[in-house]
Amino acid sequence: MTQFLQQIINGLSLGSIYALIALGYTMVYGILKLINFAHGEVFMVGAYTGYYAAGALGIAAFEERHQSFPLYLALLVLIAAMAAAALLGVLIELFAYRPVRNAPRLTPLITAIGMSLFLQNAAMLVFSPNPRRYPAVLSEVRFELFGVIVTNIKLTIFVVALSLMLGLHLFVQRTWTGRAMRALSFNIDAAKLMGIDTNRVIRSTFAIGSALAAAGGILFGLDQITINPLMGVLTGLKAFVAAVLGGIGSIPGAVVGGLLIGLAEQLTAGYLSPEYRDAITFVILILILLLKPEGLLGVVRVEKV
Amino acid sequence: MRRMLLRSAVGVVVLIAIYGLGFGVEAGFTEYVQRIILLAGVNIILAVGLNLINGTTGQFSIGHAGFMAVGAYAAAFVGVKIAPGLHGLLGTGSVADAVVFNLALLAGALFAGISGLIVGMPSLRLRGDYLAVVTLGFGEIIRILFNNATFLGAATGYFGDSPSGLPAYTTFFWVYAWVAAIVVLIHNLTFSQTGRSLIAIREDEIAAEAMATPTTRLKVTAFAISAATAGIAGGLFAHMQAGVRPEDFRFEKSIDMVVMIIVGGLGSISGAVLGGIFVAVSLELMRDLQQYRLVLYALLLVVIMLVRPQGLLGNRELYQLARKPKPPSTPMEGM
Repeated sequence: MTQFLQQIINGLSLGSIYALIALGYTMVYGILKLINFAHGEVFMVGAYTGYYAAGALGIAAFEERHQSFPLYLALLVLIAAMAAAALLGVLIELFAYRPVRNAPRLTPLITAIGMSLFLQNAAMLVFSPNPRRYPAVLSEVRFELFGVIVTNIKLTIFVVALSLMLGLHLFVQRTWTGRAMRALSFNIDAAKLMGIDTNRVIRSTFAIGSALAAAGGILFGLDQITINPLMGVLTGLKAFVAAVLGGIGSIPGAVVGGLLIGLAEQLTAGYLSPEYRDAITFVILILILLLKPEGLLGVVRVEKV
Repeated sequence: MRRMLLRSAVGVVVLIAIYGLGFGVEAGFTEYVQRIILLAGVNIILAVGLNLINGTTGQFSIGHAGFMAVGAYAAAFVGVKIAPGLHGLLGTGSVADAVVFNLALLAGALFAGISGLIVGMPSLRLRGDYLAVVTLGFGEIIRILFNNATFLGAATGYFGDSPSGLPAYTTFFWVYAWVAAIVVLIHNLTFSQTGRSLIAIREDEIAAEAMATPTTRLKVTAFAISAATAGIAGGLFAHMQAGVRPEDFRFEKSIDMVVMIIVGGLGSISGAVLGGIFVAVSLELMRDLQQYRLVLYALLLVVIMLVRPQGLLGNRELYQLARKPKPPSTPMEGM
């Protein structure tokens, strides 16, 4: 029972990272019907920006003196990474996706694959292909709760992810831009006819999705200790599956899907074999496409001629 | 009847020509160049096969290295296991070797085709780009499976039962005989009524369905054929070296294939042939620039999409170069 609870705790914290990344996939897909393959790489760049930001803020000195990194500096790291990723997301949209937005379906898809591949390999050149130990932006405190080991890191991951998602929810529901985003995902042409500056709204969508992915990147670094330039490939794939599982285009769906994928992965690793932890996501994807392709919280859309 | 006789005659002449050319290649080129020529042949099979699903049918697969891996392992394994029996039956001459090799290749095609069915059926029922994600996942997972399959040598790779590794069956003749067979097969399929239906699916799936085209069945069939050809290429590739290793079939391999068909022009068979040769040669030229190769390929993909999305030839064939290319179709969004 304690082992089960332990896996649940680990699964929820991993799942909330997937959920953060899945939000970016689902928002972009909802509006542009494009699988933004480069999103996993934005997540990776976010993690690296956090790494360098923490370095620039002198984390090495704190680690040497066994002091914990001050919280306001940790927040600064988070904000720097989110800002850098938002900028990257906007640039990708501007240079790679906007010129092909009205091209035949395959063109933007291939561009997205190309962008993802470019960022992966450019990152290997710039950051070196070797994995790096992630700086302890948050020093670990362990405590026991009903026999289950909980760390403050897992709790922080969960809380930070949840508050960001709550913030996104309020943004999408309560602000003008949020309402415009919903209008675009409902019908982009009609939204344009209503005088919405679609370019501006799409730009904000990319900025927000990328910032959330960067937050996910920092949390991932905290959780997994190491980062590498290819970390976005498999994690991005899992987050995309999370978005499909929850119903692509649906924001609450991405959250539910992310948490479920995290749980499934941890339970597989704990009870079956750690080797299959990556394969389970793929099995889930196949099952969901076979049984309920619109996802758990998605709406069935009738295709019209 | 006369047409069939004529066609068989042409086929025999082509095979004899390839056979003769094989002697010329073996006599005239160093082993290094010969290897590039063989790799180019394998690439052509991969590109022409991938083009059927990505170019002609418009369903994008980015995990074809996975099917190549399945074909390579299946062909190597089956070849090793049936060789003793068939050698007992047919002697140990070159005829027996040819029979073993081609049966092994067909086994590779069969296994790859079946995996294509398994992967394609759930993902191609739906409209949209799910195939890209599913194949990406498949390519990664299949490599993890081979990495852990102890009866196939796990991470070291499968080298058969003899200490010298897999027999080097792959010669110029066999590679290019299969190239010819597959190019003709895919060409005939593309220009048949079924091929027209596949193009209709690419251009507008809803309209194709309204015209009573069985879209799901055709997409899955095209995908399975495409996977099977990748399996043949895998089998040929496996018997070019001593063994098959999981890391021969990494994501980069799938990207190489995508580059082949996009450079030449999506939907063009001759474009795929040119693309296959281009990648084989550029791989060798950039051997010392390994770490830059994928950055360049990625940039190439993006730039081609932004500047000339139809690739070198567009959807034309080499012999149609005089023809004006069809303008890229824009489905009527939002209607």
